[in-house]
Amino acid sequence: MKKISLIIISCFLAFLAQAQIDGEVLKPQSGKFLLQNATVVTVTQGILEGSSVLINDGKIEAVGQNLSSDGATVIDCSGHYIYPGMFDGGTRLGLVEVNSVPETQDFAEIGDVTPNMQALTAVNPNAVAIPVTRVSGVTTTLAVPSGGIFPGTAALINLNGYTPDQMYAGFKGLVMNFPSSARRSTYDRRSEEDIKKDAEKSMKNIAEIWGNAKKYHALKEKGGQLQYYPEMEHLSKAVSGEMTMLIEVNAASDIEQAIKWIKENEVKAILTGVAEGWRVADKIAEANLPVITGPMLSIPTRESDRFDASYANAGKMAKAGVKVAIRTNDAENVRNLPFNAGFAAAYGLGKEEALKAVTINPAEIFGVADQLGSIEVGKNATLLVADGDPFETKTQIKHVFIDGYKIPMTSRHIQLYQEFIERNPGLEKNVK
Amino acid sequence: MNKNIYLLLAGLILLVNAGFAQTKKGSVLIKNATVLTITQGVLENTDVLVENGVIRRIGQGINAPANTITINAAGKYLMPGIIDAHSHIALDAVNEATSPITAEVKMEDVVNPFEVSIYRALAGGVTISHAMHGSANAIGGQNITLKHRYGTFDPDDLLMKEAPRTIKFALGENPTRVHGRGKSIQPRTRMGVEAVIRNGFKEAQQYQKAWKDYENASKQRNSTAVPPKYDPRLQTLADILDGQIIIHCHSYRADEIYMLINVCREFDIKNIVFSHVNEGFKVAPELAAYTMGASVFADWWAYKFEVYYSTAFNAAILTRNGVVTSINSDSGELIRHLYHEAAKTQRYGELSDEEALALITINPAKQLGIEQFVGSIEVGKQADLVVFDEHPLSVYAVPQMTFVDGVKYFDINEDQDDQRLKVSATEMVEPIYLKEHDHKCMQDVDFFFTNFGRTLFGHTH
Repeated sequence: MKKISLIIISCFLAFLAQAQIDGEVLKPQSGKFLLQNATVVTVTQGILEGSSVLINDGKIEAVGQNLSSDGATVIDCSGHYIYPGMFDGGTRLGLVEVNSVPETQDFAEIGDVTPNMQALTAVNPNAVAIPVTRVSGVTTTLAVPSGGIFPGTAALINLNGYTPDQMYAGFKGLVMNFPSSARRSTYDRRSEEDIKKDAEKSMKNIAEIWGNAKKYHALKEKGGQLQYYPEMEHLSKAVSGEMTMLIEVNAASDIEQAIKWIKENEVKAILTGVAEGWRVADKIAEANLPVITGPMLSIPTRESDRFDASYANAGKMAKAGVKVAIRTNDAENVRNLPFNAGFAAAYGLGKEEALKAVTINPAEIFGVADQLGSIEVGKNATLLVADGDPFETKTQIKHVFIDGYKIPMTSRHIQLYQEFIERNPGLEKNVK
Repeated sequence: MNKNIYLLLAGLILLVNAGFAQTKKGSVLIKNATVLTITQGVLENTDVLVENGVIRRIGQGINAPANTITINAAGKYLMPGIIDAHSHIALDAVNEATSPITAEVKMEDVVNPFEVSIYRALAGGVTISHAMHGSANAIGGQNITLKHRYGTFDPDDLLMKEAPRTIKFALGENPTRVHGRGKSIQPRTRMGVEAVIRNGFKEAQQYQKAWKDYENASKQRNSTAVPPKYDPRLQTLADILDGQIIIHCHSYRADEIYMLINVCREFDIKNIVFSHVNEGFKVAPELAAYTMGASVFADWWAYKFEVYYSTAFNAAILTRNGVVTSINSDSGELIRHLYHEAAKTQRYGELSDEEALALITINPAKQLGIEQFVGSIEVGKQADLVVFDEHPLSVYAVPQMTFVDGVKYFDINEDQDDQRLKVSATEMVEPIYLKEHDHKCMQDVDFFFTNFGRTLFGHTH
């Protein structure tokens, strides 16, 4: 009798367990894939019609026609296009879950000088926005800390992986917020004079901090016994040129100041933001500094500016000879990166340059072009398959691969669509 | 004194006044365009004749009457002026955050014709915006529908006189944060929001009854009845109950949307549009059955907790369920590219060109009660028109010209760069802003939130 009830209970428990795990789980898959018969937009080696891409062991093993499908999962890409995965050169993706809830904000630490804060540490691999982003073909983003003068160390991540280290894409940069003569927002009601004073004070402050960092570096070089001083340890890496600096600067006069500062201190730097870069594009080009700019979809910095100043900024800098990459500076809507690129293209950058600005340019700027940024044999299989131009709004992204992993084409946004497109019950619940 | 001179003078004054009251109307012939009529399909290689601000003829081989400018739009696209059903541009103030109900205040009183954001909206093809009160109060102020007749110094010239009255309501986090958490008064919760609105309507019914009783009593011979005290707040709520005002309600979550649908059904209010409605997709059948529709963002989400369970497929789900749906900006930035926001419904839900374009033309016109005047290219409608170089749903499309009442207010080839109407006399150096600096739902209430963290202001919709 006992036995029977036990059986009944365990049957019931099994049924319960079954009920609790109802539903399919989609995971990224690795393996050997042949993406067959597509138009391959390599970015660096032209456009290859009727070509295939063989993915094996995370890498692009072959590109061309008549590739063997031996042992590979074949994906028919007839009529489709293959592009390299897109880079967003500046985001908070993974560093914040819900922007107005402070408990979920992990991008701004307390203090003005915190270069040792590691964005990579705070990246949440399970952020809901990550799948939402990667199904758009944005595969690689720079996670950037903010606030203060030296808010921390940014990290380039791929949007697939269970740990930050699995996501890490091979570049870190020391963020510096250059003193700004611009207003943060309308809530910033300082007078013109106060803004100037604040900026000057900030420059003085930086000179002192940097002087110390140089001292620290010099002592270290000479083999001095230094106490644990993580802030200086990190800054000294930028002093020595071992680490690239990401210098956030936007107003034209500030950009000129930043260029001067970079030259004087002989650091390796990337300019970020650069909203008024078009006003001083020649000077940026002359200084040979790469730029990560955006979003294009923002209002011009001055009321007197032409209505399209921010759409046209990237194009004007590129024409002057600046190497330009694009960013959204967003968290949950990094998926708008291709649309920012599209607007930049329409307002002067051109489609070809705009594509480079989200692929090979950022790969080169971040020093990872040996692995990412184009469709070439030997590079990481980080790419997208689309039914058209990925910047064009109506284009559907069909497949995404990151480091050879086939990414499930789903996200919370897609799942909600699937559930609610046809609600049952609808208006009336038909229960007798 | 000669009576006739007085009459003549009076007549002259009337004439002059009439002349001032009349806004500019233009005549133009746009030839050989691909005409996206919205309501009557796509007409290839077609001419549109505008006379005195009104579309007179649509067809082929139309000749320009004398003194009418002809524009050759061969290879270009012509669509109706874009309508933004939720905006805060051209306003000097947005939130009267002093009470959970401020139905008596009017955005009409704070229209600012000098804002360059009006020109920038025109440069994005937007000819009409619904200038709204903010979302601090459960029942906010009365909104105003504007036509972007940029260049006038007179706020009255911007008003679309034909548009019916509308009012702002707001549910969820914003009114509970401002009043409940900010000032420790109801509403602090979504229960409180319902109570505030329900109590308001009940009080308005009592107010109506008091006036009716007085009117009946005063008809009696030798009546000594004293009229009730006039109350513009309750009178406005009474006008809502009488169907004279369309409610545009800031809302996000399905539960609060469903709540207000029920309250409105109980008070027999049919004129209601839900705005933002991020979780509208969850109550799409109810929105379709009982409301004038939903005005949504294309893809905004996760900037606050009540929009965490959102989907960019919202507009597509609503459209497929028969909800009259529009895409709005709520932003001086987004209003510049609503054509692109509408196009996102093709990526997220594969809406047709016609469905996507309806989201920014005829559908918002319906939600503002102005669909008989604007929102499509039809003979007899007002000539609010935009010329695009490519199909407006393409990411590469660039607006070329924008007309309001047949008058050209934007031409990309005649743009002067600096399009401000006035320069501040007190600003020696023009300020530089790195973020959008105005035009938001929660403008003017920043002092309530100084403790809630600086990043809050990044997204205050």
